[in-house]
Amino acid sequence: MRAALHLLLFLVFPPLLMGVINRVKAAFAGRRGPPVLQLYFDLWKLLRKGAVYSTTTTWIFRAGPVVSLAATLVAGLLMPLGGGLPAPFAFPGDVILFAYLLATARFATVLAALDTGSSFEGMGASREVTFSALAEPALFLSIAALALARQSISWTSILSGQMAAWHLFGPAMAMLIGALVLVALAENSRIPFDDPTTHLELTMVHEVMILDHSGPDLAMILYGASLKLFLLGAIVVRLAFPFEASVPGHVALFVAGLLVYAVVMGVIESTFARLRMDRIPQILIAASVFAALAVAVILVRVNA
Amino acid sequence: MNVSLDLALVLVLVLCVASVGTSRIGAAIRYFSFQAAAVAMVPLLIETRSGEISVHAWVLFAMTIVLKVVGVPYLLNRSVREAAVRTEVEPLIGFGLSLAIGGALVALSFALARQLPLLQKPPSDLLIPVAFSLLMIGLLLIVSRSKAVTQVVGYLIMENGIFLFGLLLLETFPWLIEMGVLLDLFVAVFVMGIVIFQINREFDHIDSHQLDSLKD
Repeated sequence: MRAALHLLLFLVFPPLLMGVINRVKAAFAGRRGPPVLQLYFDLWKLLRKGAVYSTTTTWIFRAGPVVSLAATLVAGLLMPLGGGLPAPFAFPGDVILFAYLLATARFATVLAALDTGSSFEGMGASREVTFSALAEPALFLSIAALALARQSISWTSILSGQMAAWHLFGPAMAMLIGALVLVALAENSRIPFDDPTTHLELTMVHEVMILDHSGPDLAMILYGASLKLFLLGAIVVRLAFPFEASVPGHVALFVAGLLVYAVVMGVIESTFARLRMDRIPQILIAASVFAALAVAVILVRVNA
Repeated sequence: MNVSLDLALVLVLVLCVASVGTSRIGAAIRYFSFQAAAVAMVPLLIETRSGEISVHAWVLFAMTIVLKVVGVPYLLNRSVREAAVRTEVEPLIGFGLSLAIGGALVALSFALARQLPLLQKPPSDLLIPVAFSLLMIGLLLIVSRSKAVTQVVGYLIMENGIFLFGLLLLETFPWLIEMGVLLDLFVAVFVMGIVIFQINREFDHIDSHQLDSLKD
């Protein structure tokens, strides 16, 4: 029952987050914006279309979106959604598997982009890999800090009962949330790092890699991106709202937290200018340093 | 654990790392001013743990606010304005790399602080590591930046570290250390303000690397 509810939430809810972000951005710009459910309509439209494949591409190009979406879906099975819905699969070390499943998804996308032989896609792939290589230490140091705080290396136990950790290491937890939000922004190619709505290939990072995908392939990529936004958001929300309640209350709290997270993302995207490309590594290093500070603070307390 | 004391100390640490990562001198001065405000709170927060806040803690708080949060940043901002430099253009170590080195230095400080035998237990187990980090990151700023104003900010960050160290002796020597430190600081900034002004007037810039080699 709980596993079914987990799957339902994980599979159906994520595109809504994109809709909320777009509505917030539209509100900031003084527009009404697309319907909140726009991404669902887009996915449905794309799924009914055929795909166009360039003659220079091989099976790698066709496999890219499938592998990418599959890896993200499996990663979702490791993530507890709030305290009331534990992950369907939980075992010691699943935090590492989670991080590398997301990396696999990116790897498949990058390979598919390189397979087209387009120089623009190669440029985007190069940028994507560079930035994600810099975001990875921040993600892993944050995971390490959380694992130290809870003395566990499984998401389900790391993300439950963080209330005690807030009392012991409050400032460190705040820094971790900051670092994870930066990682989420970078990994989901949101505005300070990348502009999801840009129309000039030279300035694109993630979008340029998916230019050649069409129809169901594009649908899989868009859906996978919303799943990823949802998954990284699930960590942040669970850390920021560590309250415990019964199952319906929990799920409601978690969903409300995610909506707040989407609104915050929209506000960040509307109020920040996009960073110059050479400033991006610096911000990601700063995120890693803050996560490292959190590890140091938690280590002092844990061993004391 | 005292959450507000932790919060102040971690804020000090974050602001100190942030001042390593910024290229704008004005931002570095502003970070220092916020950091000094957080440092000023620390003696008060230490004393609230044991109950009564003594008079000298209040005096210390007021002096720190007046000198470090308002006075010193004002002097620094004035010399920035007079010298008309707003950004650190060519640091010896790039900003990303100095951030990474700063993180490593913080880790080193935390490791070092564990080895230190202390006669009495410090008010917070973060106090010593944070003080060490400020010393090291201040030194990093001094050696890795080329503008005199940023080097002064580095010196001031170091001084904040020494101040935090001095708080260990807050109960034993209430007046002695703080007064000495604050006076030193004021004189030092005064002298450095004059030096910056003189360098600027003599050479039309405040790049201290021009002073490295002797001329005949």
